[in-house]
Amino acid sequence: MSKVVVVTSGKGGVGKTTTSAAVAAALAVRGYKTVVIDFDVGLRNLDLIMGCERRVVYDLLNVIHGEGSLNQALIKDKRVGNLYILPASQTRDKDALTMEGVSKVIEQLRESFEYIVCDSPAGIEKGAMTAMYLADEALVVTNPEISSVRDSDRIIGMLASKTKRAEEGEDPVNVHLIITRYDPDRVDGGDMLSAEDVCEILAIPFLGAVPESKLVLAASNSGIPVTMAEDCDAGTAYFDIVDRFLGEEVPYRFLDVQKKGFFSRFFGS
Amino acid sequence: MKFFDFFKSKKPGSASVAKERLQIIVAHERRPASTPDFLPQLQSDILEVVRKYIQISEEQVKLSVDKQGDFEVLELNISLADPGK
Repeated sequence: MSKVVVVTSGKGGVGKTTTSAAVAAALAVRGYKTVVIDFDVGLRNLDLIMGCERRVVYDLLNVIHGEGSLNQALIKDKRVGNLYILPASQTRDKDALTMEGVSKVIEQLRESFEYIVCDSPAGIEKGAMTAMYLADEALVVTNPEISSVRDSDRIIGMLASKTKRAEEGEDPVNVHLIITRYDPDRVDGGDMLSAEDVCEILAIPFLGAVPESKLVLAASNSGIPVTMAEDCDAGTAYFDIVDRFLGEEVPYRFLDVQKKGFFSRFFGS
Repeated sequence: MKFFDFFKSKKPGSASVAKERLQIIVAHERRPASTPDFLPQLQSDILEVVRKYIQISEEQVKLSVDKQGDFEVLELNISLADPGK
């Protein structure tokens, strides 16, 4: 049984591509054959985050338009055996992305992959709608920040009405919440929405929070998904998230302020 | 800095304001079709039809959608000018 998982948010810059790369890599590490597809036609970046930008020859649109085969376009990750990347086109515009073409590609991928992770572009236009249309599961990426939460609420509404599952009256898309760039210190100080607040407003199952971390930028600088970076707190958080997604019970971490010693409490750190 | 923070009492921060604002706007935006897109067009169409028979101004036609319990009510109000005037 294969599953199509869309990573979406509405708002840009909240961490969709970072999450797509981290989740896909973690699923592969857990032993599932996984492909991650970039739907951001014209502004592709997943290849950079995955560190395979120089290996892109054919892309999703070449496959849709029959200019290259799916096997030619799939890039095999050199670090984890089960992981493949399908890049977006950098030169064409979004209108070249047809629902019919995408459906064919996804059908074909379903035959050989267990998880098909779709990295959605920001916004609610064609690219984002195409990325979510065939989803079985959705990971809604939200920052604890007012505009991101509002946009996520809009996207949750669309997942419930504008997907194939909704249109054909099947079981609805399973929607999950991931909070990124979470800073427990600021939550504690009353200046940042808490995970609890965001969960209460959006009212969808919570997979976990990813702490704000300097290592995320370091990982993207080097083209390594955070779940493959060494000693990365954000990577650990994403593994917890993926394990919960896979149905395991994992205690929540990264939600509370790290206890500080007596000295650092007085003199700062 | 940190030394003095220790003695300060905690003030409620801006997060509670954010939460309150979000709850209101999200509840509002979740209501399906609170003002349908076609309302302005419908209003101008009605105005055109009525004007075939009576001269009225735009302000005399009022259109609104309200929710009452389980059903929605489309309310159309056309007030006619006082003929004595």
